[in-house]
Amino acid sequence: MNKIENEVPILRVENYSKHFELHEQHKLIPSSENVNLEVYPGQLTALIGPTGAGKSTVLKGIYRSYLPSSGRLLFRTKDNVEVDLAQADEHLILELRKNEIGFVTQFLHALPRQSTEDVVAQPLVQRGMDKMQARDLAREMLSDMNLPEALWGISPATFSGGEKQRVNLARGLVSRPRLLLLDEPTASLDPHTTEKIITLIEKLKEDGIAMLAIFHHPELVKRMADIVVQLTSPIATEKLLKEIA
Amino acid sequence: MDKVLEVKQLSKIYGNGCPSCFKLTGPEHNTNICPQCGSVIAMHNVSFDLYKGEILGIMGESGSGKSTAVKCLYFDQPPSSGNAVFYDEDKKFDLFEMNAAQQRQLASKRFGMVYQNPHLGLNFDISAGGNIAERLLMSEVLNYSDIRARATNLLTRTEVLSERMDELPKNFSGGMQQRVQIAKALATNPPLLFLDEVTTGLDLSVQAAILDLILEIQQEQGTAMIVVTHDLGVIRLLAGRTLVMKYGRVIESGLTDQILEDPQHAYTQRLVASAL
Repeated sequence: MNKIENEVPILRVENYSKHFELHEQHKLIPSSENVNLEVYPGQLTALIGPTGAGKSTVLKGIYRSYLPSSGRLLFRTKDNVEVDLAQADEHLILELRKNEIGFVTQFLHALPRQSTEDVVAQPLVQRGMDKMQARDLAREMLSDMNLPEALWGISPATFSGGEKQRVNLARGLVSRPRLLLLDEPTASLDPHTTEKIITLIEKLKEDGIAMLAIFHHPELVKRMADIVVQLTSPIATEKLLKEIA
Repeated sequence: MDKVLEVKQLSKIYGNGCPSCFKLTGPEHNTNICPQCGSVIAMHNVSFDLYKGEILGIMGESGSGKSTAVKCLYFDQPPSSGNAVFYDEDKKFDLFEMNAAQQRQLASKRFGMVYQNPHLGLNFDISAGGNIAERLLMSEVLNYSDIRARATNLLTRTEVLSERMDELPKNFSGGMQQRVQIAKALATNPPLLFLDEVTTGLDLSVQAAILDLILEIQQEQGTAMIVVTHDLGVIRLLAGRTLVMKYGRVIESGLTDQILEDPQHAYTQRLVASAL
C-alpha cells in the first residue's frame, strides 16, 4: 500500500448505510452497513466482499442513484470545496456527474438507436466538445478496448455481454472524470481484453484519476488496488427480512 | 448555471374552496375532491426550479395535476395562488403579475407548448406552414420570404416534407401533426418548452422518432423543457430530474435515476414496479 501520507482524499465515506423500505411488502431490506473508506487522487480503492454485502450500493449512493439512509459522502471538488453527496443539491450532482464523477455500471444503459461511437462520445459532447472531435476520441478508446471496428457504427443493443461491457468502459474512461466508480469492470471480459483494461486503468492512475472499484478476482485486487476495503453482509440479511410497521 | 424558471407554491382549485380543502385532500386521503365543499384541488403547493438546457419530468396518473401545472405556466388557465418567475437573458418576468396582453406576448415569443391533442396546438383551418407563420407574425417577423424560409427550415428539421407545408393539418397523420406542432412551438427559438403527453397514443416507432427529435433539440439549442407524462420510459429517456404527482400534490422529487431505482414513496414504488 503506497498511500502518500499528506495527500488529501478526493472522497471520504463516513458511516454510510443504506436500507430499502419496501412499503407494499412492509419490509426493510438492509444493504450497506456502516461503510467507511477513502479514495485518493491517482490511486485505486478496491471494494471487496461477498455478494449482498452492499458493494454496488456504496457506488450507487456516491453517484446518488440511491438516497443514503445515513452517513456522509464527502467529495472534494476541483475547486477544492468539500460537498456531502448525500445532501447536495440535485443540480450540483448533475454538474458533478457531467464534469467530475464517472460511473461504469455493471450493465450498459445507453440511449436506444444511437451508434456505439456516439454512445461513447456522449459524455464528451455533453461537456460541450465538438461532435467530430468527441467521435475521434471515442473511436480511439473503442480501438483500445479491442472492439471490432465493424461494430462502431451500430447500436450496442444487440451486442454480447462482453462487447457491451467494453462499450460501457470506453464511455466511462473516455471522459476522464476526477473520480471514477467502477462496478466489476472486467467481469465478462476475456483475459486479453482484461490485460488491456488493466493497462488503461494504470495509465489513468498515473494521470491522477481517483478510482473506487468493485472486483471479485483477488488477483486483480492485488495488482491494482492501493487501498482495499472489505465489506461484510449486514447481519439482518442472514435473519432474512425485518418487518417494519 | 442559469435559472430559467422558478415556481413557488402553485395551486389550482376548481370550485369555491373552503378552509378544509387542503387538509382533507391529497394522497393520504386518496382524493382531490374536498368532502366539505366539493371543490377539486387540481394542484396544491407545487414548487420547483428549472435551469437552462434542463429537462424536468412531471410524472403521475390521470388527474394527478401534472398537466394543470404546465397549463398554468403557459397561461392557458390562471392558478388560484402561487407565483412563478421566468428569467430571460437579463430580464425577469413575474408570470402571474403580468396582464393578459403581456402574458400572450411572452407565451408566443419565449415559450413553446406541445399538447397531446394537436387540435389544441394547431389551427386546423390553415396550412402547416401557415401555423408556423402565425407564430412568427406574432413575434414580428413580417417579411413573406423570411417566414417562408423559416417555416421550410423548421419543417425540414422536424422531418415533415416541406413539399407538404401548404397542406392542412387534417391531411397529416397523428405523428406528423405532432411534428408540425413541435415545429410551430420551436418557431421563435423559445428558451422554454412545455411538452404535455406529446407521444401518448402514437405508434411506438413514431414515439421513438419524436423523442429522439426532442433530445436533439435540447442538445442543439439548450432549450429548457418540462415534460409531462405518465410514461416511465419517456421520463427515463428525457428527464434529468423528475417530480412525481398524485392527487394534486408533489409526493416525491429527485434525480430521475434515483426516482426509478430507489423510489421512496409507496405510490412511486408501485408505479415503478408496474412498468412494463
